[in-house]
Amino acid sequence: MGILEVKNVGKRFGGLQALGDVNLSVAENSVHAIIGPNGAGKSTLLNCLVGKLIPDTGSVMFDGQSVLGRKPYEINQMGISRVFQTPEIFSDLSVMENMMIPCFAKRDGAFELNAISTVGSQRDMIEKAEHMLEDMNMADKREMHAGSLSRGDKRRLEIGMCLSQEPRLLLLDEPTAGMARADTNNTIDLLKQISDERDITIAIIEHDMHVVFSLAERITVLAQGTPLVEDTPDNIKGNPKVREAYLGETQDAA
Amino acid sequence: MGLTKKDFTLLIIVACLALFAPFILNPFPEGSAMAQFNAGYPDLMQRLVIFGIFAIGFNILFGLTGYLSFGHAAFLGVGSYAAIWMMKLLTMNVIPAIIISVLVAGLFSLLVGWISLRRSGIYFSILTLAFAQMSYALAYSVLTPITGGETGLQPKYTDPRILDGALAPGETPRANLFGLDMKSSFQVSAGDWIFTFNAGYYVAAVIMLIAFYLSIRIFRSPFGMMLRAVKSNQQRLNYTGLNAKPYTLAAFVISGMYAGLAGGLLVAMDTQVGAERMFWTASGEVVLMTILGGAGTLIGPVLGAGFIKYFENIISKINKSILEQWFAFMPDGIEDLLITLVYPFIGKGWHLTLGILFMLVVIFLPGGLVEGGQRVARLFKRKKPSDDTPDGKTTPAE
Repeated sequence: MGILEVKNVGKRFGGLQALGDVNLSVAENSVHAIIGPNGAGKSTLLNCLVGKLIPDTGSVMFDGQSVLGRKPYEINQMGISRVFQTPEIFSDLSVMENMMIPCFAKRDGAFELNAISTVGSQRDMIEKAEHMLEDMNMADKREMHAGSLSRGDKRRLEIGMCLSQEPRLLLLDEPTAGMARADTNNTIDLLKQISDERDITIAIIEHDMHVVFSLAERITVLAQGTPLVEDTPDNIKGNPKVREAYLGETQDAA
Repeated sequence: MGLTKKDFTLLIIVACLALFAPFILNPFPEGSAMAQFNAGYPDLMQRLVIFGIFAIGFNILFGLTGYLSFGHAAFLGVGSYAAIWMMKLLTMNVIPAIIISVLVAGLFSLLVGWISLRRSGIYFSILTLAFAQMSYALAYSVLTPITGGETGLQPKYTDPRILDGALAPGETPRANLFGLDMKSSFQVSAGDWIFTFNAGYYVAAVIMLIAFYLSIRIFRSPFGMMLRAVKSNQQRLNYTGLNAKPYTLAAFVISGMYAGLAGGLLVAMDTQVGAERMFWTASGEVVLMTILGGAGTLIGPVLGAGFIKYFENIISKINKSILEQWFAFMPDGIEDLLITLVYPFIGKGWHLTLGILFMLVVIFLPGGLVEGGQRVARLFKRKKPSDDTPDGKTTPAE
C-alpha cells in the first residue's frame, strides 16, 4: 500500500478523454517519476491529485484518506506540496517573507487572525525560515525582492517554501523546464539531497530523460491518458513498447 | 508599543502634525491676500482627519490585498445613521454613537464582503458598487422611516434620549464628550494670526492617531503579511495551505469598521446625515485619496485624504472676484484672457483641477505622493538605490 494510491481515475474534457483508466501507486519515501509524450495527460493527472481538477471516475487516496472534493489548501494541509512548472512564489515580497509564510501556514493552519503581534517578534518562525534559507543556500539573498531572483533561485526558493511545510509528498511539475544544463544539474543534486536527508516521498513529472534517470526509483510511462508500463529505470530504458510510444527510435534517450 | 524605530518615528510625526495642525494649516496672517489658502478652521480640520481615517481603513483592504472596493461609502453612511440613532435614542455623548457606528458598519460589511468576495477583480468591484448603490437608493426611498429619506436625520429636542435630561422646547441638542461641546473652540491671536483650537477636532485627531497606530500594527503583523501574499500570488497561497477567503473577508470587515468609525465621527462633529453620503462618488473619492497618497504605504492614505479635502475646500472657494484681484496688475486684455482661462478650474470647477492633478500623479508618480516624497528625499540625501525597502513595505520618507 503506497502513500498515494490512484485507482481507475478518468477525466474527460468535452470530446477529449484526457485520462482513461489510470492506476498508480507511489511507495512511501521513494522517488517516482511520471513520464510520457506531450498530451499524455501528465499535467491533468497532477491537477487531479492536488484538487485543481476533480476526476470523473475513480479514487485518489493519500495516506488512507480520499483527497477528492477537497480544496487545494485542504489537500496541502494534509501533507501534499506542489512545485509548479513556472515557479510560483510571492514576487512582491522579500525572500525571507516568502519563506516565512509557509512556516506560519504549517504552524497556524489555513487561517489565523494574527493581526496584533508583529512578524519580527515571532522568533521561532524567523529561525525556521532562516534555517531553510541556509539549506537552500540562499541566506545571503534574504532581503532581496523575490521577483528579482534568477530563474534557478526562484525554483530553489519555491522548493524550500514547500519543504518548510514539512510535507509527506512533494509533487514536482517539470521542475527543470527551460533551465540551462548547469541549473538543471544543481536542481537534480538538490532533489537527491532532499530525498536522501528527509522522510519525504517525491513524485515528479518530467520531460528531461537525464533528470528522470538520475533521480527516479520507479517510473510510470503515460501514453494517451493510460499508463503503458510501470517499472524501474533500467527496465524502462530497455522496454521496446516505451521506445515506440515515447522515446522513438533515437538512441540518445538517456 | 511594539513598533520598530522607523514606524515609531512615523507615528510621532503624524501625532505632531495632528497636534499642531491649527498652526501648520494657518500659515498666512488674517486679512492678507493669501489668507484664503488657510485651512486652520475647525470644520475643514475635522474633515481632514476623519477622511484620513476612512482612507487608512480603505488602504488595509485595497493597499494590502489589492481588492478594489467601490462601495465603501455605504459603510460610512451606515455608520453615520447608526451614530445619529444613538444620539436620538440614548445620549448626545459621542462615545456610544462612535462605538455603535463601528459595530453596525462591521456587521454590514461582513454581509457585503461575504457575498462580494465570492468573486475577485472587476467583478468584486462591481458587486461592492452594486451594494453601495442599493444602500443609497434604499436610504432615499423605502427606508425613509429609518433614514429620513431626502431630508436626512438630525437630533431634535423631542427625541426620547433616555440617558440625557429633557431639553427645553426649541433647544438644539449638541454633541458632547461628557459635557465638552464638540463645537466649542477657543482662539489665540498672535499678531495678525488667529489660531483656532476646536474640541471636536482634537477628539477626532486622537481617534485618528489610534486608528493609524492600529493600522501600523496590522501592516507589520503576520496577518498583514498574509494579506500582501494574497495580492502577490493567490495560486501559491492556496498551494501553501492557506485559505484566502477568510483573510480577505477579515480585511474587508476591518476596513468597513474604519469607514463606520469615520461615519460616526462625521456625525459627532456635525450632527446630521443624509443619503448622499453613500453615493458612489463618495466611494470613488476614497479610492482617489488612497491612490493619490500611495496605496499600500502607511502614511499615503492620510496624505491623500488631506490633499483632496484641502483642495476641495480651498479651490472651490476661489471665485471670479478673487481672480480679478489676483490679475488686476496686468493689462486689461491679458487680465480677461487669464481669467477666462483659469475660471473653469476654480469654484465649482475644482473637480477639473483635481482630475488633472490625479492624472499627473498616476502617470508620473505611480506610487503616489509618498513616492514623490521618497524621490525628493533621495535627491537631497543622495541615498544609494539599495536603501529602497526591498520587502515591498514602502515606508515613506518624511
